[in-house]
Amino acid sequence: MTAPRTLFEKVWDAHQVAPETAETPAILYIDLHLVHEVTSPQAFDELRSRSLPVRRPDRVLATLDHSTPTLPADASGKRPYATAQAEAQVNKLEANCAEFGIHLHGWDSDQRGIVHVIGPEMGATQPGMTIVCGDSHTATHGAFGALAFGIGTTEVGHVLATQCLLQRKPKTFAIHVDGALQPGVSAKDLVLHIISQIGIGGGTGHVLEFRGPAIEALSMEARMTVCNMAIEAGARAGMIAPDETTFAWLKGRPSAPQGEAWERAVAHWKALASDEGASYDREVRIDASAITPTVTFGTHPGMASAMHTPIPAAANGQEQRALNYMGVSAGQTMAGTPVDVVFIGSCTNSRLSDLRDAAAILRGRKVAEGVRMLVVPGSEAVRRDAEAEHLHEVFLAAGAEWRVPGCSMCIAMNGDLAQPGQLVVSTSNRNFEGRQGKGARTVLASPATAAASAITGQVTDPREYARTEEAAA
Amino acid sequence: MKPITTIRSHTAVLPYENIDTDRIIPARFLTTTERAGLGKHCFEDWRYQADGSDNPEFELNRPEARGCRILVAGRNFACGSSREHAPWALLDYGIDAVLCSEIADIFRNNALKNGLLAVVVSEAEHRYLLDHPGIELNIDIAAGSIELPDGGRFSFELDGFARHCLLNGVDQMGYLLQHAEAIDSYEQRTAQAA
Repeated sequence: MTAPRTLFEKVWDAHQVAPETAETPAILYIDLHLVHEVTSPQAFDELRSRSLPVRRPDRVLATLDHSTPTLPADASGKRPYATAQAEAQVNKLEANCAEFGIHLHGWDSDQRGIVHVIGPEMGATQPGMTIVCGDSHTATHGAFGALAFGIGTTEVGHVLATQCLLQRKPKTFAIHVDGALQPGVSAKDLVLHIISQIGIGGGTGHVLEFRGPAIEALSMEARMTVCNMAIEAGARAGMIAPDETTFAWLKGRPSAPQGEAWERAVAHWKALASDEGASYDREVRIDASAITPTVTFGTHPGMASAMHTPIPAAANGQEQRALNYMGVSAGQTMAGTPVDVVFIGSCTNSRLSDLRDAAAILRGRKVAEGVRMLVVPGSEAVRRDAEAEHLHEVFLAAGAEWRVPGCSMCIAMNGDLAQPGQLVVSTSNRNFEGRQGKGARTVLASPATAAASAITGQVTDPREYARTEEAAA
Repeated sequence: MKPITTIRSHTAVLPYENIDTDRIIPARFLTTTERAGLGKHCFEDWRYQADGSDNPEFELNRPEARGCRILVAGRNFACGSSREHAPWALLDYGIDAVLCSEIADIFRNNALKNGLLAVVVSEAEHRYLLDHPGIELNIDIAAGSIELPDGGRFSFELDGFARHCLLNGVDQMGYLLQHAEAIDSYEQRTAQAA
């Protein structure tokens, strides 16, 4: 009888080409490699300089998302790139994929989108897999019980050439989430709360496993939001055990196993959950029932609290600097803070359920005078589904912009950005100084909070709108 | 990668905690398809004033910090994104070593693969280094030690394989390629199991 193992340990053990020793790291096999235009060009150059092929082009999923404009092409087909260099970078990935035999979900694909949205959507992301990408938000795919983490460009080259990585085994950290989220409180509020509790370096060196009744109750899209932000607590990966919710979501997707292979896969996936009695290097308990709409008030994702709770006093000069940058003071609440821009999008919150949450609040209402609101669906599939439900009409009627899929204002490298001093309520994942534009101030929030804040022009509790709707019904 | 055995330099200190990779190299410079040339944008939004001149308040712009190759940074250095542009920018700027009490995982991996010695020292040693900017250190990678001007010695942790690669300029891609047979047999084994 083998010792009880965690979900992480089962996936790790199954992918060792060579186990680690005191002198050498493990050689870990990678099942799925996601590639985008920003972190790959130097890796392809490395392969070229060594005359190496891509070992398993069938295990690479490539798309365009970071440097891509979110305004459509003009009548001549020309796309409004922010710079010639951005366009050249996209062209480079197209050329590299053609040269190395990789299927690119590019401009002509009806599957193109943010890499962490399309992998799951296509069924390419599956339980028990190892998944990497030159992008820290690869943690997203852990929602399916995959071991998924971000890597640098040198490692992108390693995986392209060998389908393997040299890795030291990380430690494990269980986040038990008890209770149930209250109505109007979302996965985004939950994960911001978790990060505020364990700190932005709290997960360094660890793989997080989110578990417990509040996690089991989450939809797949909500689970992706939670795992996406594991890296904001310093953990390269976050994982959730696959269950019936996972299987139901994956069934029938184009890259998921079909027929008899599906049955075999599900039987295998069911055995992945952490064994009874498995031990973790660290554990923490969080009470979901106590969480209310949560936003950030500082300049990193750990500086977050309930929007109605007074902002805590700065613990040191640096925290004071962060409050000064944000233009807020200890003792005040974030609720009521004036807003200039609202961004709904990013690999954290750009899926259909996120757009539904926002549209439910915006329906029949207007974005406040002077507020700019951008809604950027995560993928072409999300865009199609949202348009089929007429959600785009809700956003456009409210005065928001409805854009073409991409990372957009989350990383602000495609020309979608806020001006110095502007305050952005954003459904993305990082509120670092200048992240959304030099001098721009970011408040991370759920899609519902972002939508409610757009209507009032100040940080607003979305439950106020949910209540009015109930009263009207 | 060139072998590195020792790094001798005065330290430059950035005492701030949680310096993220967007700080080190803002995303608008990531449209490059090259590794080279990012040093001029390293810490761009801290380093320059609106008119493009050097910001005299920024610690690394002070005369005594110029040319320093060892950076001592506040806790949790280089958190955030996986962009390898961060170590590329630091190296191109002239930094060869980062000393800190806590360094983000992805950055540390990326740094070591590029010959940027990113290592963790104890909290007490970190405190001392933060409080004594500009002292000359001699870092001995083989010994895992940092020699201070007064003859004192700090130690740092470094994975044995990473140390071996730095000291010998080992190419990790080459190391992985040597295991092609093991990778083949793994693929055969798992294909049969599926």
